[in-house]
Amino acid sequence: MSADVVDEAVPPVTVIECPTRLDFSYTPGVAQSRFLRALERGEITGQRCPKCKKVYVPPRGACSMCGVATEEELVLSGKGTITTFCTTQIPSPGLVPPYVTAWIRLDGSDITSMFLIQECDPAEVRLGMRVEAVWVEEADRKADLGNISYFRPIDEPDAEYETYKDYV
Amino acid sequence: MSNRVAVVGVGQTKYAAKRQDVSIAGLLREAATRALDDAGMTWADIDAVVIGKAPDMFEGVMMPELYLADALGAVGKPMLRVHTAGSVGGSTGVMATHLVSSGAHKRVLVVCFEKQSESNATWALSIRLPFTGGSVTGAGGFFAPVIRAYMRRANAPDDIGIKVAVKDRLNALNNPYAHLKLPDISEEMVRESPMLWDPIRYLETCPSSDGACAIVLADEDSAKGTPNPPAWIHGTAVRSEPTMGAGRDVVNPHAGRDCAKDVYAQAGITDPRRDIDCAEIYVPFSWYEPMWMENLGFAAEGEGWKMVDDGSTSFTGDMPINPSGGVLSSNPIGASGMCRFAEAALQVRGMAGDHQVDGARTALGHAYGGGAQFFAMWIVGSEPR
Ligand SMILES: [Zn+2]
Repeated sequence: MSADVVDEAVPPVTVIECPTRLDFSYTPGVAQSRFLRALERGEITGQRCPKCKKVYVPPRGACSMCGVATEEELVLSGKGTITTFCTTQIPSPGLVPPYVTAWIRLDGSDITSMFLIQECDPAEVRLGMRVEAVWVEEADRKADLGNISYFRPIDEPDAEYETYKDYV
Repeated sequence: MSNRVAVVGVGQTKYAAKRQDVSIAGLLREAATRALDDAGMTWADIDAVVIGKAPDMFEGVMMPELYLADALGAVGKPMLRVHTAGSVGGSTGVMATHLVSSGAHKRVLVVCFEKQSESNATWALSIRLPFTGGSVTGAGGFFAPVIRAYMRRANAPDDIGIKVAVKDRLNALNNPYAHLKLPDISEEMVRESPMLWDPIRYLETCPSSDGACAIVLADEDSAKGTPNPPAWIHGTAVRSEPTMGAGRDVVNPHAGRDCAKDVYAQAGITDPRRDIDCAEIYVPFSWYEPMWMENLGFAAEGEGWKMVDDGSTSFTGDMPINPSGGVLSSNPIGASGMCRFAEAALQVRGMAGDHQVDGARTALGHAYGGGAQFFAMWIVGSEPR
């Protein structure tokens, strides 16, 4: 029996489904382990670079720009300024659009972190807006950044542009 | 660079939302065969193969380089894979150039690709990381805040992104390989398209494309006698910077400025706007055109948007940007940087067809990737340097 002729009348198989699932583990390392223990206590900590004096949150154990170890640790207030943001209009798991993701410069730090902004009309969010961290109930706290549910506006005047323009 | 290197062949697939008529291997082979034809070469003439693509998760094929060795004629030859996120198409071209300029190889086939239809890049980029609060949905969720910061910093009118979106889609109408063909495109159409990641509208984003782009690089001896004019590589540069660095400027990254300075110095370019005839730059969201105009030194800080506003970057302007239609018209992610490099080469070879910029003799190819932390560039010219 010969099968050496391609039968053009047979439609090609264009797609087969290949579902794959992977769960990952992550070892935070020394600096981030300390940060996670602080979060468990309800504190946000940062580390200062001995060379450029800039404060990293989360601490990385080193300054990425100077390439030197960071040891001096400090506790931040959990208040900060929105340096820029995005209002997302497309659905994301667990989030109903529109929702706001902001880059926040925590007071006393020199780098921004990304957080959701809630308890606020998305249309009200603006550059320079002052915000604070909202924590999960004390009983539910773990060594996890998820301890901070989101940030919400606080009753303070907006920060001057000059104070946050370089933090993007 | 030590030994001269030339682009002697370019091959592209038609970029499309779904190329279900071919496997990944078939897609790459299509581009590679076209590049070999352009170079007047066969598989046997190739000494080494270099491939590039974005994260494996974009198709779910682990280490595609393993399975592609035979399809790309690499059996018994060196085969390397490069990975630098979205800039990979550019850095793969640069690494392959080094293989020839160093004298290690004479003729190198370079192929970059993405087959986005086989998975979902937006969700592959939206995985929750242990130290990221909030939620970033896709690349747009990361870059929209950067664009907002640029708009504020440069005091740019808010229709600049719309103008770029129209300009690149008009250019794409002259490129037979472009994915998006929107003959009715207008500022009104872009303005009324849905807002996805405010300030980014749907029509201000790139499409998801399947496609591959290939080039053949050759040393000076091998470039003699090839059937079509070569594009001579005058300089190559790559730079990177950390994702999370205190004092980083994501709007106008140091790595991009340093990369441009390096590649201009190699190519003898002192005034990029005067010395470069056209550029293919990586603009996945329309606002990145004015931002990169500043980062690349075509405009002073805060003034990139004026080049868009006054039409300088249009096809008939004094500094045509993305005459091919750019990433906004075709985005096979891992190949998108190589498309920029290849299109720059086509321009100085005089082979860009209906989107040929008159008299283009020096062109820039540019790519960036990650959180704007990887940069790759080359300058190509009609004459050797
Ligand atoms: Zn430092």
